[in-house]
Order: sequence, then C-alpha cells, then structure tokens
Amino acid sequence: MSYQIRINKALESLKPSGIRRFFDIAAEMDDVISLSIGEPDFSTPWHIREEGIRSLQKGRTWYTPNSGLLKLRQSIAAYTKRHKGLCYDPQSEILVTVGGSEAIDLGIRTLVEPGDEVLIPEPSFVCYKPLTVMAGGVPVPIVTRAEDSFRLTPQALKNAITPRTKVLIMPFPNNPTGGVMRREHLEEIAKVVKETDIAIISDEIYGELTYGEQPHVSIATMNGMQERTLLISGFSKAFAMTGWRLGYACGPKKMMKQVIKLHQYALMCAPTTAQYAAIEAMENGDGDVEAMRAEYDIRRRYIVDRLCRMGLKCFEPEGAFYVFPSIAVTGMSSEEFCRKLLEEESVAVVPGTAFGDSGEGYVRISYCYSLKHITEAMDRIENFVNKYRLTGGVG
Amino acid sequence: MDKLLELLDRNARLTDEQLAIMLGRSEQEVSERIAGWERDGIIRGYKAVIDWERTDRAYVTALIELRVTPKRNLGFDAIAETIMRFDEVESVYLMSGGYDLAVIVSGRTFKDIAMFVAKRLSTLDSVISTSTHFVLQRYKDSGIILRDEEKDERGVL
Repeated sequence: MSYQIRINKALESLKPSGIRRFFDIAAEMDDVISLSIGEPDFSTPWHIREEGIRSLQKGRTWYTPNSGLLKLRQSIAAYTKRHKGLCYDPQSEILVTVGGSEAIDLGIRTLVEPGDEVLIPEPSFVCYKPLTVMAGGVPVPIVTRAEDSFRLTPQALKNAITPRTKVLIMPFPNNPTGGVMRREHLEEIAKVVKETDIAIISDEIYGELTYGEQPHVSIATMNGMQERTLLISGFSKAFAMTGWRLGYACGPKKMMKQVIKLHQYALMCAPTTAQYAAIEAMENGDGDVEAMRAEYDIRRRYIVDRLCRMGLKCFEPEGAFYVFPSIAVTGMSSEEFCRKLLEEESVAVVPGTAFGDSGEGYVRISYCYSLKHITEAMDRIENFVNKYRLTGGVG
Repeated sequence: MDKLLELLDRNARLTDEQLAIMLGRSEQEVSERIAGWERDGIIRGYKAVIDWERTDRAYVTALIELRVTPKRNLGFDAIAETIMRFDEVESVYLMSGGYDLAVIVSGRTFKDIAMFVAKRLSTLDSVISTSTHFVLQRYKDSGIILRDEEKDERGVL
C-alpha cells in the first residue's frame, strides 16, 4: 500500500505570514531599500553579550531548570516590580520562554479549548490567529481604527463578547499600528472584563518602547486584572536581543502551573547562554534601553513628518517601532502599493493586510534603520506617492 | 548630554527644521540654542569628515609625541599655543603618561612631515624630544567609520 502523507488540515489551511511575501521578492533584487524589518538595527549592548560569552567560557552549556535560571527569574521579578509596579513570585509565577512568541503559544494553548472564542484586536501581530486556530479556538477579530488612535475601545470589546469568549489578547504597544493603551483606556477595558470570566493575554513585548511623557502601563496593574492576566514580555525588542530567543511570561500561580507544564514538555528550557546574558540585561540594561528608545523617538518624529508632508495620512504612533500610514491618497490596495513601490522605487514595506483584513489601505513602515537609510527611503516613497496621487479633478 | 548637541555632533548638516521635528521642539528654539552655543564657544565650528584616501589629494598624517619642559608660571600652555599656530598642525593635546603633548600633523608626503618635525618642532626651545608615528590607515575618524557599509544581515519577521 502506498503511503500518503496526511498533514493536519487545520494547519494546511493556514496562510503563511504575509510579512514574508514581499521580502522574498525583495531579496532577489539589487539596491532594495527595506523598511520592512521588525527588529532593532542595534546590536545587543556589549556588556550583555559579554555575559553570554562568559557563560560559554565557563562551560555553562547544560539545561537550566524548566522555568529558567532562578537568578534570572528573580531579576525579572525585580525588573517587573521596578518598571510596572507588579509583584510576581519567581518560584511559581514566572517562566522564562523561547522568545515572547513561545509564551503567546503557551498562553493560548493553556487557556483555549475547542470552540472557545479568542478576542484579537486587529491590526495586530500575525501569530494570535493561527495559534488560536491550532488550539481549536475561534479567533474573533476586533477592529481598531485610526480615529480611535488604534486603541481597543470598551464598546467594541463589549460588542464582541459572547458566552463562548475565553480569552482577550491585548497586543499593546501594537505592532503594526504603534497604538498604545494609556492608564485611562485600560481602566475602561478592565471595567468591562471584570464583569466576565475572560482571561487576558497581554503581549507587552514593546512595553519599553513607549513614547511621550507617560511610561507604558500594564493591564495587570488594573484592579482585579493581575489574577486573570498572563503578562508576556521579552528581551528581543527593548534590549535588541532578537537572535537570543528569550522572553518570559508572568501570571497567577494557578495559570502558570499549567503554562510551565506545557513548556516543560514542549521546550524543556530556554537557551542557557541567553539566560545568563539576560540577567545582565535585567539588572544593568535600563540605560541601554533608554538610549535606544531616544534614538527610535527621533526617527519616529522624522518619519511621521515626512509621511504627512507627502500627503500620506499617518497616525502618530505612541509605541513600538513602526508607523502605519494610510495610503488612501493613492487609491491603491495595500498589496498593489507595496508591489509597485518595490518594482518602481525598490523600497520594501509590508502591506497592512498582513496584520488582518482591517489593515487594508495601510502599510507598515519600520524605523529600525539609520536616519540616513530612512531619509533615502522616504525620498523614494515621496517620488512614488507624487506619481500616483489621485487628484481631485480626476474621476 | 543635550540631545540637540548630540544630534549636531553626529550630523551638523541637519537643518534647524529637521532638528526641531526630531526633537519635538520649535524651530525657533532650536536656532536660538545653536546661536547661543556658537556665541559661548561651545560649538567651535562645523566641518565634513572626509576620507581623503578616496580622493586624489596626497594626504599623510602623523601623531607626534613631544616631551617638553614646562615654562615657569605658564606650564604647558605657552608651548602648546606656539605649536597650534602652525598650519600643518591639526590637533594638539596635553597628555598624561609617557610624554607631554600629542600633536597630529598633516602634509602631502612623509617627507613634508619629517621636515616639519625636524625644522619646526624639534628646534623649539622647550622641546626635549620628538617621536613621530605615521598613520598608515584610517579606519574610523571622529566617530565615523571609513569603510564600506556592512550589509544588513537581518532577516524579516
């Protein structure tokens, strides 16, 4: 009998990430200027790298405890207390994961049972929906809008809740929109959630990269929220440590017990070298984060100004390192805009539709690039927009 | 450090308008602060960082270590001020350690510099000894790397 490979149909039906599509085309072209990458252009600060090197020199090449090195969990607890004002027990409420991504996967699989609905504000990062589907859950997008500063509004949340709602994803600061939830907005969301038994997965991987006077606020600090929130963060974005693959999850003991169990079977433990480096990041990295944030802020202001001048309406992002301008002025779809921009001006950006259907009419531009690089790319985009701008008289 | 000074230190060609946008200040405030720094001698000048290697200009630089006898009451200032007035001299620093003054000298040829040291520097009254080190390759200057940009090796996510 001939063997037929039978793949999981749910998996087969998932689309590959829309971020990659144009990148593969761009990779084959010369002279492409990319503004598509979602990771810092900075290298990991040297003193952090050095701790990784030191751990290798000392031969620390074994597994760590499933939850991660206790010393790292303790330093994460201290960091989370210092920056978010939240207390977690390093022994039972903190798990070190393989990037924030693993923590999201674990959180969804820990909470979601077949048929459960998961509320996902969109546009947002590409993974929540497919992971929900793979857990047998039903993703329910909640559209956030530029006129609401891409925040989740209490009304939109209320409208989406049903008796089957199990989890609310809180992807703020948001990739791709740069939207953030300030204290007053979180209070309103907490009020709605409090009346339900919905759990929250709060993906705060960009928490440190919040601009303006007010620092990032976690929904877990709202009254009654910590006991139902899985708080996810990591080292990739704030400490420029993407390649180390290290993140963490904090939550109530009862939830974490199951999250840790799943991690134990799936991954055993996060990379050991990265964990030693991460202790240094947690303990002595605040200055580096601030310096990088200040640099992103300069680029953010510059890029928003340039886009506005060329007539691309642009919400001023308050977090992360992306801008998400509307391309309505060209009358093109996101896909068409990105394809033509790549073909004609050799600039790569990501179509908004990669982050949900509600991203139609937008593109994501990353500012993880030098000012020189950004300036050149903006000049080319300006050329392009001038060429295709719809004029009032036509049509 | 002041953010505005830091930006100028990296790229003095940014316009007041661009600086104002990047820092979220008004253009007027930016231009007033810069004018103030120029007046107070905090900003001493603006110049390009040029990789002369890539041009047809014959250009050689050397670091010269000088040991000198300090003048009574004037210390090293008098001799440093004499040396800094030569056009060939790009920089003069008073140093701690094994010698007193570090002098960066430029010229068209190795011989130009050797002659300058022999005829101008060594002959000065307070100079006890000189030691000339020619620059063979400039990798980085004034914070700017003088090599071709490295390829962006980041993937995409």
